[in-house]
Amino acid sequence: MSRNPNAAETADAWDAVVRFDDVSMRYGREPETLKDLSFSLPQGSFHFVTGPSGAGKTSLLKLIYLAAQPSKGLLHLFGQDVAQTPAEVRPFLRRRIGVVFQEFRLLDHLSAFDNAAVPLRIAGRKPDSYRQDVAELLTWVGLKDRMHALPPTLAGGEKQRLAIARAVVGRPDILLADEPTGNVDHEMGLRILRLFLELNRLGTTVLIATHDQDLVARSGMPVLHLEDGRLAHMGPVAAGARP
Amino acid sequence: MSRRRTSGPFDLDRWRPAPFLPERDTRDSALVFVVAVLCFLACLTALGVIASDRAARGWSHQLSGEMTVIVRPKANETPDSAAARAAETLAGVPGVAEARALEREKAEALIAPWLGEAADLADLPVPRLVAVLLDREAPASAQSLERALLARGLDAVVDDHTTWLADIQRGAAIARWVGLGVFLLISAAAAAVVAFATRAGLAARREVVELLHLTGAEDAFIARLFQVRFAQMAAGAGLVGAACAAVLGAAMRLGGGGQGLTPVLPVAWSDLLAVLPCPLAAALVAAVAARMTAASLIRELS
Ligand SMILES: Nc1ncnc2c1ncn2[C@@H]1O[C@H](COP(=O)(O)OP(=O)(O)O)[C@@H](O)[C@H]1O
Ligand SMILES: [Mg+2]
Repeated sequence: MSRNPNAAETADAWDAVVRFDDVSMRYGREPETLKDLSFSLPQGSFHFVTGPSGAGKTSLLKLIYLAAQPSKGLLHLFGQDVAQTPAEVRPFLRRRIGVVFQEFRLLDHLSAFDNAAVPLRIAGRKPDSYRQDVAELLTWVGLKDRMHALPPTLAGGEKQRLAIARAVVGRPDILLADEPTGNVDHEMGLRILRLFLELNRLGTTVLIATHDQDLVARSGMPVLHLEDGRLAHMGPVAAGARP
Repeated sequence: MSRRRTSGPFDLDRWRPAPFLPERDTRDSALVFVVAVLCFLACLTALGVIASDRAARGWSHQLSGEMTVIVRPKANETPDSAAARAAETLAGVPGVAEARALEREKAEALIAPWLGEAADLADLPVPRLVAVLLDREAPASAQSLERALLARGLDAVVDDHTTWLADIQRGAAIARWVGLGVFLLISAAAAAVVAFATRAGLAARREVVELLHLTGAEDAFIARLFQVRFAQMAAGAGLVGAACAAVLGAAMRLGGGGQGLTPVLPVAWSDLLAVLPCPLAAALVAAVAARMTAASLIRELS
């Protein structure tokens, strides 16, 4: 068992928002995609997940947003062992996690505004309590004039910004983003990074899967580096950038 | 609908949340059509079963309320007086409402086809017929008629139509069971199509199920969305099918007339009410199918 020295080891490891203990994961009967991962993300931390394509970055995020289950080991979210969490409680854990999916997963029949409002509606909020917030957020990500556009009419970068807006609109405790700057230009990439950093300052624990080394370097934030499903390195950016 | 606009300034104050499921989906038009057609056929079969049942009842009611007496005149009596005597005798039997001797011409007309044009019926001792109408409340039995005729020294045979009745009742029973079988078969097919199409429609919206699930929607919430949507759709299709069947039934009632379908398929106005449960049944089947499908889709996700 390799407890990582960079992860908070003592009392607050148990308070960590996300905690992996020897977690492995496999798809069906295939060999393990993730192997013996142990780390924890303290409340309010900001990390990148890096690694070559196929290393398991997306799979790692899936474990956290409860779209997959460990085949071995213990995964704690908000101090709860997810394997022991009753099915009725899992939706409420998911509501505390905002996800920017790599493939966006926007609903094509809903306007950009409606797409951004989905998490708030699911959380049971009344439209009057959030319409202003949604409009401001969409303005902030540069979609002020596309609020009633349907996703199929949006450009790649616009879709990405909409997916980000939807992920952060509910002020989640954890923000997960899978390659969130893959389709936007350098300028917009920096704006998105600033948004994530801002959310992080307000207390959100952020985990971003990316192979945008420039983004990692600019942020100065620590890195979880995956190689072939194993945690090869966890630590400051400089080391993470050089596998 | 202002919130469906896709250009011009966005009116924040007028924004209302759009349904999570597309309001109208062209992928569903085939489903609506097939469900409507099957509901139409099911309703039509139901109407047919009800009407043919009524027809059979009508015929057997009529036949069981009548008997025919064949009077064979004896040598010492004219056929006419024998028939008249028989009619008089029968009219006095308890349970007989009316007994009437058929005129000679009528009796001859009835047997002429068997004898041919050439035969001179005047020379033949043509048996006379007495038509007996029974009292509906307490009908007389064939035996009591025979006893009364015998007591007056009349040679007569009573035909209580039992052979015909048995035939009609057997035929009606077969028609009823066949109709019921066809009705059940079509209903089952309609239910299966509703369930199958609901499954397909739901699978086509898998991305909605997945996203809502991952965003923290409860399973029951997602299942309810689909349940309501598909129940509405099936109810609409069922309504169209049922209405078409009712219109056709009404046309048969109006246009049938004496020479038309009325004697064979006597549709009553009240029969048209039989189509009413159809939209409800279709909605129920769709709701159950949608709920089960949504539940199994969600189970696959987590
Ligand atoms: N749904 C899936 N079923 C089976 N194998 C999968 C699935 N998703 C990913 N994999 C496999 O798991 C490995 C890690 O994939 P992924 O987590 O997407 O890596 P990354 O995001 O770092 O590119 C890859 O070998 C990929 O082929
Ligand atoms: Mg990936």
